[in-house]
Amino acid sequence: MAITQIEAALPGLVFHRPSPEAEPFKAPGDAVAVGDTLALVEVMKSFIPIEAEVAGTFKGYAAPDGESIEPGDVLCEIEVSE
Amino acid sequence: MTSQGSGIKKLLIANRGEIAVRIIRAARDLGIRTVQVVSEADREMLAARMADEVMVIGPVQAAKSYLDIDAVLKAVSESGADAVHPGYGFLSESAEFARRVSELGVTFCGPDAATIERMGDKVNARTAAIEAGVPVVPGSDGRVAGLDAAVEVAERIGYPVMIKAAAGGGGRGIRIANTREELIAALPTAMNEARAGFGDDGVYIEAFIRNARHIEVQILGDGTRAVHLFERECSLQRRRQKVWEEAPAVALPDSVRADLCAAAVRLAEGVSYRGAGTLEYLYDMDREAFYFIEMNTRIQVEHPITEMITGVDLLREMLLIMGGEPLSLKQEDITARGHAIEVRINAENPDKNFFPAPGVLETLKVPGGPGVRFDTGVCEGDTIPPYYDSLLGKLIVWDRTRDAALAKLAGALGELQIGPKPTTASLHAALLMAPDIISGSVSTLWLEDWLATRAEDIRKSA
Repeated sequence: MAITQIEAALPGLVFHRPSPEAEPFKAPGDAVAVGDTLALVEVMKSFIPIEAEVAGTFKGYAAPDGESIEPGDVLCEIEVSE
Repeated sequence: MTSQGSGIKKLLIANRGEIAVRIIRAARDLGIRTVQVVSEADREMLAARMADEVMVIGPVQAAKSYLDIDAVLKAVSESGADAVHPGYGFLSESAEFARRVSELGVTFCGPDAATIERMGDKVNARTAAIEAGVPVVPGSDGRVAGLDAAVEVAERIGYPVMIKAAAGGGGRGIRIANTREELIAALPTAMNEARAGFGDDGVYIEAFIRNARHIEVQILGDGTRAVHLFERECSLQRRRQKVWEEAPAVALPDSVRADLCAAAVRLAEGVSYRGAGTLEYLYDMDREAFYFIEMNTRIQVEHPITEMITGVDLLREMLLIMGGEPLSLKQEDITARGHAIEVRINAENPDKNFFPAPGVLETLKVPGGPGVRFDTGVCEGDTIPPYYDSLLGKLIVWDRTRDAALAKLAGALGELQIGPKPTTASLHAALLMAPDIISGSVSTLWLEDWLATRAEDIRKSA
């Protein structure tokens, strides 16, 4: 099983949840379908959803919730289903 | 250099970017020392380089720096500043911040906390407006008891009317009725939908303004007396964000202008307003009537166009008033001359649905010449951080007539070199070619319609 790392394309702040009180988009072990929202990146007050381009199993977030990220930083990992 | 006598000795700027630079310049002209607070992302920004002192108050996140009241107050105490200028956005309209600054014995450059609280609440602000004899959007003033009451209100204010769910919000639960028949047909449905959608079948009636312009009046007050500095028109908006502003408002008949400005002064004096403020109105082109919608208890982004037509330095006046001086301006001394336009240069791609474009600003060549002003908080070579709003600068032009100002804007936009990332400068160049912009025939809905048509054209030609 291959692990895919989802990298940030933009600098900004990464958020694991749709709002501060909500549950994270994904927890380790959750199924991921193509198009599922994995995280939000806040760039200049716009919230850009990061959507899965592969299906599989969510392994976990690599970038901490609410912290800054640079392009190329790993946001999260997905174990790709064959 | 001696100061003009402002009571403020040391001013802390609780903001960033272009408005921080603007405040520092006004303070410097009055011989006031400046303290710039910054997040870790902004240590090298222009305002930090210009200020007499710089204090890092927190990490890159605005919530942990510019919006963190405790962090800002700590810097206020440690710096020995005797005044704080909040700029716009961030903590500028936080009553709690204003209150806690004054509890330290430090001057908050704005109205007192009670005024911010009162005017920041839509219902209270509407009540204050009515008390001052300022027109508000006509309506039922609360729930309508039933069909007969609804029809009575609608016939008093004239069609078209909106039926709004009392418990709704953000544009949800609204129906339009153009005639008595439509109202009679729509009301029961609207009440059912309100019950289903919000668990409350209460509805109220309000005039529907099909053809509105956003017009606002700049005021200055010293707590006793207030003056207006005429109006600005900011109808060109996208998602309620102003994009292009002008002063004066071309479509306004002189008699309406006089009433609008006088009403603003009445309301400002009615709430004993202190500092710079803006009263926002909707101007209904069909009814030729204006209605108060809200007050902004702070300096605004688009204040330079008012400075250009009146010759009054609004930030300086604000600092003088907050330093304890009575308003130096008399109404009869303030005259409006010529026409000014401001366009906002944002780090956004107007061809890709205004997608944000932070990054290194490799090129910035600013236009010049008489009647051209460029307010910015960045320099060539700076990195534009992704953590705050996208405003890179404001291009402001003035000339004797609107046509001459439009021509000057075209020339200045041609001179402006900014990149390599996309900005809204290209949008403004395109807007300058639009016949409705040239003739000034716009409403608050115009820009979104124009953008939708443009996006469709781009899609077809792709």
